[in-house]
Amino acid sequence: MSSQEKTKVVLLACGSFNPITNMHLRMFELARDHLEDTGRYRVVKGIISPVGDGYKKKGLIEACHRLEMARLATLNSDWITVDDWESQQLEWVETAKVVRWEHLEIMHHAEHISSENNNDEVDTVRCGKRRKLGQNTIICQSSSYINPKEDTPHLNLLCGADVLESFGVPNLWKPEDIEEIVGRYGVACITRYGSDPEKFINQSDVLYKHRKNIHMVREWVTNEISATHVRRALRRGQSVRYLLPDPVVRYIQEHSLYSAESEQKNADAVLAPLQRYTSTN
Amino acid sequence: MAGRIPLVLLACGSFNPITHQHMRLFELARDHMHQTGLYRVVGGIVSPVGDDYGKQGLVASKHRLAMARLALQSSDWVSVDDWESQQEDWTETVVTMRYHNDRIAAQYHSSKDPPTVSDVPQLKLLCGADFMDTFKVPDLWRDDHVEEVVGRFGLVCVSRGSLQPDRAIHESDLLSRHRQRIFLVREWVHNEISATEVRRALRRGQSVKYLLPDSVIDYIREHNLYTQDSEIKNKDVKLRPLTKQTIQD
Repeated sequence: MSSQEKTKVVLLACGSFNPITNMHLRMFELARDHLEDTGRYRVVKGIISPVGDGYKKKGLIEACHRLEMARLATLNSDWITVDDWESQQLEWVETAKVVRWEHLEIMHHAEHISSENNNDEVDTVRCGKRRKLGQNTIICQSSSYINPKEDTPHLNLLCGADVLESFGVPNLWKPEDIEEIVGRYGVACITRYGSDPEKFINQSDVLYKHRKNIHMVREWVTNEISATHVRRALRRGQSVRYLLPDPVVRYIQEHSLYSAESEQKNADAVLAPLQRYTSTN
Repeated sequence: MAGRIPLVLLACGSFNPITHQHMRLFELARDHMHQTGLYRVVGGIVSPVGDDYGKQGLVASKHRLAMARLALQSSDWVSVDDWESQQEDWTETVVTMRYHNDRIAAQYHSSKDPPTVSDVPQLKLLCGADFMDTFKVPDLWRDDHVEEVVGRFGLVCVSRGSLQPDRAIHESDLLSRHRQRIFLVREWVHNEISATEVRRALRRGQSVKYLLPDSVIDYIREHNLYTQDSEIKNKDVKLRPLTKQTIQD
């Protein structure tokens, strides 16, 4: 199959990245290898989108630090980038909205490129301008989905199996959001050796319905560097070298991030999605 | 850290290639030994095994040394030593340990006047839990060597995954006798990335980024190390320790 016939893919990872670790970065590499190995896809870009402070997860430090660490971690990557749009919003943004936003960015970029190629008058609405329109403009409403041009890259949410399984947690996700993410876009899910991801898809009607859009990436060798563990080690003055990229380790040291104090942040707060979905019931 | 025993950690192994996991061993061991309150870790040594070891898939020591040096360029306390790999025949671990122990002591004595015996850095062998199981393999170790490695020097053993070094100690009278000289370090991060897995991924054209330093990955690509061919090297060769008959120490 020639390069032209392959579907282009962009991988988007949402999460706390509190802090980013080598494991997060490995997820991108594993997913890319898996998708390209099928011969049907060409992964053209990876995006890291750290969650905003409004998420109110316990121990979540300021977005500005988490963004900077993610940037430092991806300096050496020629395809993985960091997007700060989600973290710049004042309130927590549902993952489905982030996916829609990124999809629009991708489409704009694709149109811009093809317009340039056609020497048309290009509507140069820059990403920055759109950013300032804020979180509640029409771009975030699912009805505004525009069918992309044929060679526009497909956007897939990149995540661990725990995220897929979290679809079952009450009031954590809106059912229509799950439907949209797996139905309209797609998911590349990294599964742990020994787990049974097919079983979980089988047990969920919405996941089963869109199983063709869910790519299960088998991780044969366990590599579970959890950010929780990293924060614990840092609190105890233990080394986290070689678990995260060196520039990130240095940044954490320079700014004395992650202490017993920082771990108590949001201790009494309710996680934003739980807050939002239970109060609107 | 006044009054603590200065300590150097020596890791022997294939380092085929060196990975983040190897470098983690040093970090974990240092933290652990500091937390005992008894030791002050003053150095770390990576000593890649010589080519005569005969292990399957072992690439030339000059490459393994170069990769280790690249990996440890940014470390301010761990360095690479080529003495073991430069010896004519495969060298027993205890011989390597004696060499480094004597070298460290000599360095120390030449710089102090007068020298205090208690301040001479001690040397301990740093290893993973799988290493403990090798003591059981027939003819791989001489009993008197194990006695010296564990009893005279001491082990710092980092556990990994489901491997239980406790059990290996329990099942060996020799190891049990020297229980006090064996420091068990728990690696809580469930991380089973090994050099074997890295080689496998490389053979299959898969990414190994973030498992080893970029500089090592670049070196591997430049020299086209780790292919189907390199993995079958030494396939029919017997591991050197199993054939070597040491008459004298």
